[in-house]
Amino acid sequence: MSAGKRSNEPIVWFLFGTGGFFAAFFLPVHVLFYGLLFPTGLVHAPSYQETLALVRHPLARIYLFALLTFCFFHAAHRMRLTLSDVLNLRHLNTVLAFLCYGGALVGTAFTVWLLMTV
Amino acid sequence: MPQYTQFQPKEYRPKMSAYWYLDHWHYLRYALREASSFFVAYFCVLTLVQLAALGTNATRYAHFQAFMASPVMIIVNVIALAFFLLHAITWFNLVPRVVMRQMLARPTPDIVSSAPNYFVWFGATIILALFIMGVL
Repeated sequence: MSAGKRSNEPIVWFLFGTGGFFAAFFLPVHVLFYGLLFPTGLVHAPSYQETLALVRHPLARIYLFALLTFCFFHAAHRMRLTLSDVLNLRHLNTVLAFLCYGGALVGTAFTVWLLMTV
Repeated sequence: MPQYTQFQPKEYRPKMSAYWYLDHWHYLRYALREASSFFVAYFCVLTLVQLAALGTNATRYAHFQAFMASPVMIIVNVIALAFFLLHAITWFNLVPRVVMRQMLARPTPDIVSSAPNYFVWFGATIILALFIMGVL
């Protein structure tokens, strides 16, 4: 690495790695309940008021902020590399980086806004 | 007089099939693991939609729940769960690949190195499930 030119890889890898941790440990149970068990009626879904009270708890807001933000950046990094390597789109690397990380930033902004207004 | 070639030799460009990931099971598994990222993004956006519905009113949230109960969404979420499990298992099994570990001067077996991840995963899943169901 040349002097004076710092790589942004550590930042991207920190976000990717932490998001991978969150996605691995916590996303399966979320999709299992909200995507399958509640909609199919196999498990009784809590009421609107109960769900709202859960999401409004400060710890739940912090948890959801960390979960969604890190998962957005995890997905962004992997999607960029997947599109670049699997679909042979290396020539579009700058555009892909802009779209993927930009999308993650927009997702983070929406997360903050929704968690503050819910 | 020096001998020059009349034409520049062509630059070597290795040709790679656009479907290289179908050549070998390991390549396909790698491509599928990487593809899990699209479902991670999908589910994060879906959670934002859920939060938006939750923050609006009970009627909007009921619409969201009805939307989630549609057959298409059930199928998509089954696929998403499969991809999340693939991501989780490959992620947990990375531990023996990236961490130096030994116990009593011997290398720890792979399964022993990654086992704590599975215990934490199990515990975290139970705790989150109890919160999600409104038991805690």
